[in-house]
Amino acid sequence: MSLLQVKEVTHSYGSHKLFKWKDSPKQVLKNISLSIEEGTCLGLLGTSGAGKSTLGKIILGLEQPQQGQVLFQGHNIYTADKLTRQKIRRDLQVVFQDSYSAVNPRLTAERIIAEPLENYEKLTISEQKRTIIELLERVGLSEKDLTKYPHQFSGGQLQRINIARAISLKPKLIVLDESVSSLDMVNQTLILNLLSELKEDFGLSYLFITHDIKAAYAIADTLGVLEKGELIELYDSKNQFFSSEHPVVKQMRGAILAEHPRFRSLPTRISKT
Amino acid sequence: MIATIRSQLRSQKALGICIIILSILFFLAIFAPWLAPNDPVAVNLALKLQPPSWNYPLGTDHLGRCNLSRLLIGARISLGFASLIFLSSLVIGLIIGTLAGYTGGWLDYILMRICDTVMAFPNLLLVIGLVGVFGPGLSQVVLALILVQWVYYARIFRGMVLSVKEQNYIAAAKISGSSSWKVMKKHIVPNILPPLAVMGTLEMGWAIMDLSAMSFLGLGVQPPTPEWGAMILEGKSYIRTNPELMLYPGLMIMLVVVTFNVLGEALSERFGVKRRF
Amino acid sequence: MKKLKTEQSNVLQVNNLSVHMQTKDNTSTLVQDIQFELHRGKVLGIVGESGSGKTVTSMAILQLLDQKTTTIEGSIKLQGRELNGLDKKAMRNIRGKDIAFIMQNPMNAFTPVYTIGNQFIETIRSHTKMNKKQATEIAIEAMQHVNLPNPKELLTSYPFQLSGGMLQRVMIAMAACLHPAVIIADEPTTALDVNNQLQVLHHLNQIRTDYGSAILLISHDLGVISEMADDVIVMQHGRIVEKADVFQLFDHPQHEYTKKLLHARPKLHVEEYIG
Repeated sequence: MSLLQVKEVTHSYGSHKLFKWKDSPKQVLKNISLSIEEGTCLGLLGTSGAGKSTLGKIILGLEQPQQGQVLFQGHNIYTADKLTRQKIRRDLQVVFQDSYSAVNPRLTAERIIAEPLENYEKLTISEQKRTIIELLERVGLSEKDLTKYPHQFSGGQLQRINIARAISLKPKLIVLDESVSSLDMVNQTLILNLLSELKEDFGLSYLFITHDIKAAYAIADTLGVLEKGELIELYDSKNQFFSSEHPVVKQMRGAILAEHPRFRSLPTRISKT
Repeated sequence: MIATIRSQLRSQKALGICIIILSILFFLAIFAPWLAPNDPVAVNLALKLQPPSWNYPLGTDHLGRCNLSRLLIGARISLGFASLIFLSSLVIGLIIGTLAGYTGGWLDYILMRICDTVMAFPNLLLVIGLVGVFGPGLSQVVLALILVQWVYYARIFRGMVLSVKEQNYIAAAKISGSSSWKVMKKHIVPNILPPLAVMGTLEMGWAIMDLSAMSFLGLGVQPPTPEWGAMILEGKSYIRTNPELMLYPGLMIMLVVVTFNVLGEALSERFGVKRRF
Repeated sequence: MKKLKTEQSNVLQVNNLSVHMQTKDNTSTLVQDIQFELHRGKVLGIVGESGSGKTVTSMAILQLLDQKTTTIEGSIKLQGRELNGLDKKAMRNIRGKDIAFIMQNPMNAFTPVYTIGNQFIETIRSHTKMNKKQATEIAIEAMQHVNLPNPKELLTSYPFQLSGGMLQRVMIAMAACLHPAVIIADEPTTALDVNNQLQVLHHLNQIRTDYGSAILLISHDLGVISEMADDVIVMQHGRIVEKADVFQLFDHPQHEYTKKLLHARPKLHVEEYIG
């Protein structure tokens, strides 16, 4: 049984209001079906507006889809009973794109990471503090960062705190919604490496949502391509991305920037004017 | 940059002075019964309209009552009940606004339509109308003012809740397993309160003026209870001969309201620089 | 005023540029000893992490730093004309016409309450003596040149109606329409989806090949540098740590920091398709 199964999810905006407005509802997702096995990472590619973030929210249990189901370990996350849903909640975590808006600016790093622990674990104050320090060290920060506020961290560091919070309950699946897209290249690589390590160490599964094939390739095992709300391609091996003949995928491949100047695609001759 | 330092120091000074003035005023209000030299309602026609003297430091009014004592006891009522009006309408507005903003849907819709209805009327007019229904009296006016004022706070807080709700840390908190109640308490309310410190000072000024206005119209405090607005009303007839009967309470109102306003300015200066939201 | 042409080879010459900033307690140096040249029709890439001084350097060239708190030392010569210390009016004439600037977030470059056309035409008319009709024609031509669809419709749109990629292309058209000698592009692709990035770079490149403008391309993304740069400067902590031809830089990096940057980026290692 797959860890996560998305079955024929369809969703649109603008339809559940008290009064009908004159513009018709906008369809965001059409008949999406995919699955993620335990210990693997599914990379979900797509441009902005393709519906990736909406799918992320639906999978996280934040927004119920109009049609279709989301099954986590076999349970429908929207119709299961309260106890099951509470259990699922701790196993399904997230790291958002913008590290600053994902944390309460008035809380210290310690309180931010403590929140999931306080909700689920019954730890004493010193046990909790020790756990948080371990988590900080695991993500590359240190004990002295406990009392700092979000504005005292850089974007990359704050994202590590978000990751620490996400892994604090040892979840099974983490949705990474453009988690590295706002960082510069050096930080992107560092965070991607950290995420890969954590995946190995804790047997985590990821849903890695991004518009950047290079980032997805670095961490994903399987790949999906979302275009205008439809899942146009689904690969069990990421290499299939490079052999696909689908026109949208071909266009995506063509848009990848060269890694070395000898592969550049732009002409460089100056015309004689 | 020198300019910002100077303005910061200026606001620190302003902050300090305001806090001192307000502390003195609240102290006077609280301990008025013990500080007042005479009984504020003791009528003594033989001593009417006396100039300041040892027994009567600010003189007497048209009924021979001690002006100073009336000002002090009046402070109790003006400041005390204005605070009550402000805090009550604030808390009610906070609860309803947060509930409406966070829950959304039909509850939000109904609550906001109620607010719209109340806000459609000029608020003092509505207060007068309500007092017409309840009958005149201090508690009736206080109740009417609270009932009319909370809608403004509800609207403001609802708006702030809506913008905070969109932040990812609210979603992150839910995903961490926090209940709606915990999210509201831990994440939403603390992030919408800070602007309140500034807003609150201006609102206190309004509460005092509204209460005084109602008393001036004869709808609030009933004689012989001293209250600044009521004192102005009573002194109205003597404006040519003894203007001090109107001036003393008038100046007190002005002092309190201006001090609150300056306090608000100083606080906004302070909070604006320190925090990064 | 002398009309600056794009024929001269050494278009921009920066010598011993240092920028110091005065804070409450002390002076800090933002960039030190910056030295480079821009040739006609060539692209110079500036690479470095955030905080390395890339943007400060470009702001110094454009004379857009706060004069009350920053001091600029050294020489910045645009086609032989010294820019450092130039009076404000003369600098305003140069900015937009002889040196154009393309910023990172296209949304921030446009005022939301005016149409694109309004801002485009205003830019043209503030540097030339054209009337509205002539300026509109120039604007449409510039947009057609970079293959923007429906230029007339775009002129009547508001910024919020366009996507980031589209806005960035309009900004490039705006920057290029007066045929500037130098274009400074500060992280032109960072705010965009990867799908749009190559297209934007393509347009920038077209400006260079068709009008011979020199381009100062600032980016933290080595993919952008690979695609477009002829020469590269690597900056760290406000200083230049390496300067080389782009192939030289990628094949034989000298400085430790350059090696670190080259190594620390997500790579595909899939040879077949990149080519």
